[in-house]
Amino acid sequence: MLAMNYRGPYRVRLDRNKPMPEIEHSSDAIVRVTRSCICGSDLHLYHGLVPDTRVGTTFGHEFIGVVEEIGDAVQNLKVGDNVLVPFNIACGKCVFCEQQLYGNCHESNPEATAVGGIFGYSHTAGGFDGGQAEYVRVPYADVGPTVIPADMDHDNAVLLTDVFPTGYQAAEMGGIKPGDTVVVFGAGPVGIMAAKSAWLFGAGRVIVIDHLEYRLEFVKNFAQCEVYNFRSLGDVVLFLKKTTDWLGADVCIDAVGCEAAGDAMQTITGRKLMLQSGSATALHWAINSVKKGGIVSIVGVYGPTGNLIPIGNVVNKGITIRANQASVKRLLPKLIDHIQSGRVDPKQIITHRIPLEEVSDAYHIFSAKLDNCIKPILIPPSARK
Amino acid sequence: MKNTERDYSHIKGWGIDADPLDVPAYPMKRRTENDNKGMIWERPAQQPAMVEVLHSNERPGLSAVFGTPNPPAGLSGKIRRFAFRYSESMIRHWLLLLIADRVNMIEGVHQDIQSGHVPDFFSELGGKSELKYNKPGLIRKIALGSLITIVAVAWLGRKRR
Repeated sequence: MLAMNYRGPYRVRLDRNKPMPEIEHSSDAIVRVTRSCICGSDLHLYHGLVPDTRVGTTFGHEFIGVVEEIGDAVQNLKVGDNVLVPFNIACGKCVFCEQQLYGNCHESNPEATAVGGIFGYSHTAGGFDGGQAEYVRVPYADVGPTVIPADMDHDNAVLLTDVFPTGYQAAEMGGIKPGDTVVVFGAGPVGIMAAKSAWLFGAGRVIVIDHLEYRLEFVKNFAQCEVYNFRSLGDVVLFLKKTTDWLGADVCIDAVGCEAAGDAMQTITGRKLMLQSGSATALHWAINSVKKGGIVSIVGVYGPTGNLIPIGNVVNKGITIRANQASVKRLLPKLIDHIQSGRVDPKQIITHRIPLEEVSDAYHIFSAKLDNCIKPILIPPSARK
Repeated sequence: MKNTERDYSHIKGWGIDADPLDVPAYPMKRRTENDNKGMIWERPAQQPAMVEVLHSNERPGLSAVFGTPNPPAGLSGKIRRFAFRYSESMIRHWLLLLIADRVNMIEGVHQDIQSGHVPDFFSELGGKSELKYNKPGLIRKIALGSLITIVAVAWLGRKRR
């Protein structure tokens, strides 16, 4: 089958002869992929920042498809179902899944205890192949995969596997109260959805910070928010203090993670020399621009070692930090309702539809922010007929 | 409550999820009766390990399911096995894995050549899209690379003389 194949930092190619996935556990399903996205967090793998990313791995944790085969124990799915597959691999039985912390399952990743299993996200996240392929093995098929409502656009369905839930949970973890000022760092796909979601919780003011004008222009229209380019602000934190009556924002959301631009020291030590788990510029700004007693919500992805952040300010300002991988399965009923009722239309963020065969260029376009790219999706040949 | 006197009617769904009783604010723990009892849940059936699967020493054994592609092999595999002697809390665990990744990259090129496939670096690096959307950038990169190569060759040549 056709599949994306990682060869090393910045090098991916199409593998034309990858073996078909097989049922390896009675709860598995094999899904024929009809759409898969490249996620901003895939770029951390692509750039070689995530430890234990082995050559030959197929990335892709945002995908939908058709059930082709099921294991003996699968009861909730049948062959032919159109399913969206949450990026978290969750058993549904462990004490964390019992608490609906589906992003923290303890039965889906032997290689690390700090993160649950994730499709196509290195051996640090369980060593599973992902959905940037024609077919993919889906463990615990009775738990995560959800049949796509008949009236739902499949472009919206694929964005329910990660982007919309992650952005929504960023806002949810912010504990936004009506009238709150919310600052979102990052106008990538997740930041865009976080800004949109902040209004659903009654935010009084939503501000998005980034440095890519085309993305700021998009989020300004899509999420009806204020936008600022940090390149033109000088001192971002000082600007945010001034524009919030000198007190700071009620809630700051880090929707960037470990590849943030904007601070030379963070960029050099985090992204170039890898002396820390990537560049923590956005988190640094979030901590320093939130008001005392405020909440910093982190959904940006960081590596497993450590980062330079002003932890003393967290203590002195009494900040609450909330963070997690999105619990997609928990959020799906609510988010499906938001889409079906027309409150949110995530598919507007898709800017590029690229044949799976052109996966190398798709990664480069997204990584280098070429052609005003916000969200690329890969379409396998069988889904283009 | 602030700023709510403003008109938000232009924003579809404004405040619809603002019910504080319906916001679990994850990841705050929602305690269940099984909290603090250890790994007592009824475990899913164990996936048979048909290939070598490394596991964190912060857990007693394998999780019930796991990925099987790309098991550890070669020199990178040896480094990975060594890395897994250390817990996730030890920086050497992660640095060794990053070193293994870079070794694995070289192994990948070697395997390609051994199997008669010469890697097309230009395409793998997305060169076609760079050419299409960022020709000046591509020219700059080639010029910079050439300059660095010329300087390096000249410097090495001078040392030999």
